[in-house]
Amino acid sequence: MSLLLQFLFSGLTTGSVYALVGIGFNIVYNSTSILNLAQGEFVVIGGLMMWFFFVGMKLPFATSVALTLTVAATVALLMERLTIKPLLKKGDLLLMIMVTIAVSILIRGLLMFKFGKDPYTYPPFTEGEPLVIYGAVITQQTLWVIGITALSIVILYLFFNKTMLGRAMKACSLDIKAARLMGINVSNMVMLSFIISGLIGAIGGIAITPISLMEYDKGAMLSVKGFCAAIMGGLGRGRGAVVGGFTLGILESFTAGYIHSGFKDAVALLIMLFILFFRPAGIFGKTETLRLRKF
Amino acid sequence: MGKGNILSLLILTLVIIIFPIVIKDTYLHTIGIFAGINALVAIGLTILMGYAGQISLGQAAFYGIGAYISAILSLHFGLPVILSIFLALLVSSTAAIILAIPALRLKGHYLAVATLGFGEIIHIILHEWGPGGPSGFGDIPKMNLFGYTFTSTNDYFYLVWMCVVVIMIFSLNLINSMTGKALQAMHGSEIATQTAGINLTKLKIKVFILSSIYASLAGAMYAHYVTFLSPSSFSLFHSVLFLMMVVIGGISNIWGGIVGALIITILPEVLRGFKEFDILLYGLILTLFLLFMRKGLVPMTIDTYKRWIHR
Amino acid sequence: MKFFGKLLLIILAFIILWTSPSYCKEPYKIGAIFSVTGAASFLGEPEKNTVLMLVEQINKAGGINGHPLEVIIEDSKSDETQAVLAAKKLIEKDKVLAIIGPSTTGESMAVIPITTSAQTPLISVAAGASITQPVKERYWVFKTAQYDTSAVEAIYTYMKKTGIKKVGIITITTSFGDAGRKALLELAPKFGISVVADERYGPKDTDMTTQLVKIKSAGAQAVINWSVGPGQVIVTKNWHALKMGIPLFQSHGWGSKKNIELAGKAAEGVIAPLGRLVIWDKLPDKHPQKALLKKYVTDYEARYKSEPGTFGGHAYDALMIVVDALKNAGPDKKKIRDYIENKIKNWPGTGGIFNMSPNDHCGLDMTAFEMVIVKNGDWEILK
Repeated sequence: MSLLLQFLFSGLTTGSVYALVGIGFNIVYNSTSILNLAQGEFVVIGGLMMWFFFVGMKLPFATSVALTLTVAATVALLMERLTIKPLLKKGDLLLMIMVTIAVSILIRGLLMFKFGKDPYTYPPFTEGEPLVIYGAVITQQTLWVIGITALSIVILYLFFNKTMLGRAMKACSLDIKAARLMGINVSNMVMLSFIISGLIGAIGGIAITPISLMEYDKGAMLSVKGFCAAIMGGLGRGRGAVVGGFTLGILESFTAGYIHSGFKDAVALLIMLFILFFRPAGIFGKTETLRLRKF
Repeated sequence: MGKGNILSLLILTLVIIIFPIVIKDTYLHTIGIFAGINALVAIGLTILMGYAGQISLGQAAFYGIGAYISAILSLHFGLPVILSIFLALLVSSTAAIILAIPALRLKGHYLAVATLGFGEIIHIILHEWGPGGPSGFGDIPKMNLFGYTFTSTNDYFYLVWMCVVVIMIFSLNLINSMTGKALQAMHGSEIATQTAGINLTKLKIKVFILSSIYASLAGAMYAHYVTFLSPSSFSLFHSVLFLMMVVIGGISNIWGGIVGALIITILPEVLRGFKEFDILLYGLILTLFLLFMRKGLVPMTIDTYKRWIHR
Repeated sequence: MKFFGKLLLIILAFIILWTSPSYCKEPYKIGAIFSVTGAASFLGEPEKNTVLMLVEQINKAGGINGHPLEVIIEDSKSDETQAVLAAKKLIEKDKVLAIIGPSTTGESMAVIPITTSAQTPLISVAAGASITQPVKERYWVFKTAQYDTSAVEAIYTYMKKTGIKKVGIITITTSFGDAGRKALLELAPKFGISVVADERYGPKDTDMTTQLVKIKSAGAQAVINWSVGPGQVIVTKNWHALKMGIPLFQSHGWGSKKNIELAGKAAEGVIAPLGRLVIWDKLPDKHPQKALLKKYVTDYEARYKSEPGTFGGHAYDALMIVVDALKNAGPDKKKIRDYIENKIKNWPGTGGIFNMSPNDHCGLDMTAFEMVIVKNGDWEILK
């Protein structure tokens, strides 16, 4: 029993980050139909910049978090204004995919330039003994990660459903023409979606670094796995990515635990391919909604 | 094929023949060999992306399959190199079919990620099950054609680039033939092409297989030249490099594949002094090209030339 | 008059330059291939820094028999193709007398056919046993990094002494981890040890609790982790959080203060076989390696503000061995090779005391390691 629980906790930890990245994917996808393959890089930005402010410059915790999030938002903004906006009008899908790849390489290069290849970490948010539940160990930081993820999801839900701005963004994702007719500034919504998804990624990075350290090139793997999470839940469905992310984390953990740890990474990819090929709308999506989406 | 292409082919052949004679530096010959190998992949990818409008973020997988299968067959099973290469192409095409049939029903982003996923899975397979695992293996037999073993850099240079020329002739013909026109039409409008009665899916699969064959041929040539393989040469990073070759060279002209391959192969040599900046420069170059020069070098040069002619 | 004054000055300058030792004899050129960038840059960077520092020191002291030493360093970017290109350039273009490096086993294997057919001595700084074995096929190849099998032997010997019979191993899926895993599995029976769990993880994995829990439930009395990079630290932290109650052993890649720093108090009690470079200050003064280690580490830290680590040390050994050969055998590739094979005996280096021979082109065995434990955030030699 404790074995199962331990695998579960391990899966929830990694799954949280996947979920956050997946949500980020969805937000951008919903407003632009673009897959931002640079999504994972924002997690790295979150972790490394937090180290920079908190440990490097010895600023207080709250200030460091605020500054890190500001940096992430700025990078997202620059990315959107400089590379996405000018090319979006062309409607060339190939181009957009490649641009996000190019930007992800650029970000990675900048991070490597500034931080080198070393791993970085900082102390967990709270120090103390880990909890033991039915023989399975769960560290305090893990609880923070899961908790922060849950909180972010709630905040996003409230934002998209209860605030004017959020509902305007939601409108864009449902029908751009109608949204425009209603007077919504679509271009601003796109910008906002990038900023929000950048922030979410960074939050994940800030939370996970005390557990798993952070290096400049963790982004690629996170983008792929986060994307798997989004696909599993149905691309575009916010709650789907959450379920997808946690499911993915747990499945990986169980594969490593019960089958063979060497195949862990293949699991995510195989599931993703399976879903892409046979149920592209994801576990929760409806195929008709998928067909209606313009590409 | 047009006069321009025939002329270009003749010039290319001429340059290939005199290059090793005029340039004595065998180090440059080696770079030329790698550029030629990359060109093979890039040409196939250009046809896939530029003419058939499909995307692949996993070309390194076919490159790797070609390299590994040919190496394993010739090293562990003692098959003659030429047979090993042929069988490797067969395996690669089979993998391409298996991937293409479900994947080509997807569109745009989905296809991109499916090929990315495929590429990663192959990388993991090579990593876990390839001979030597992550450490790789060596002693791969050198290229051997009908009894003649290619040992010198000179020989290999000619071999690789002659392959490129042959592939170019074949590809140019393909594009100009009926199939090629159908491809371009499909890229322009799928619905129109379907109305014209052309079976789209079959066409897409054929092109996908073709690009996989080019890539695995390149992989085999790599294996029998370096005589050592390890999975780290066949990762997502390399798939992205191939993509860069197509973008820089020009997605709509297969000559772009050669130009892009040359540039990307020579780039690390030029950047030798810039160590920490290399990833940054790759990202910067790619981003700038996509923003400002997305037609690619070859089409842009042709446009400039045309405008100059019609002054 | 002014013009003549200037002319005189120029002539004077020429005379001075002409007669100063470093300019009157032909430089000795050797090549170096290191993974300065790319996945293995944690190896290549200290290696390159070490070589740069040593070359400067050597040339300041008058070079080798009056000949200045020139080391042309190429960055392989941790990529085999680039390593091959670099080797070809060094041999064909720069016409070097010998090549040090590459940093990784994979790259070394790729480069061996080239240096062998060019009959140029290659002194690799990578760990893989296949680099110098079978010796018959490695006539021109040497290496200065300890065999990973030696590190495993050191661990198993210690375990045998302390009565540990069942171990669980957890290794990273890179060539370093893979080589360690093979060695761990192969050598265990020779020491009466059985491997009850064989777990693995990837270089970018963030949590290894699952694997560790499996090891514990398989009944292991100790855990051995084989990796370099952040994986070592994450495993250590997970091991600590789980309160596994069984000792954690690391590979010789653990030997860097940075790891202790990153792992924090979780590192307390971790045991590893380390080259003496990391614990030079804990050695008795009479130890043959102490003096050179002290000089190397203090010079390096003064110049680069960071520790060289064991990997920098491998480059030190490779370069100094070649320098030794040049000094005594002169600028001839075959003579250099013969010298290294036959005359490097009881040769104290950073990695250990080298004893090369026609049968052993590495010259180090498990005595190159000390079993070290982390105590109070510092290293302590286990007796």
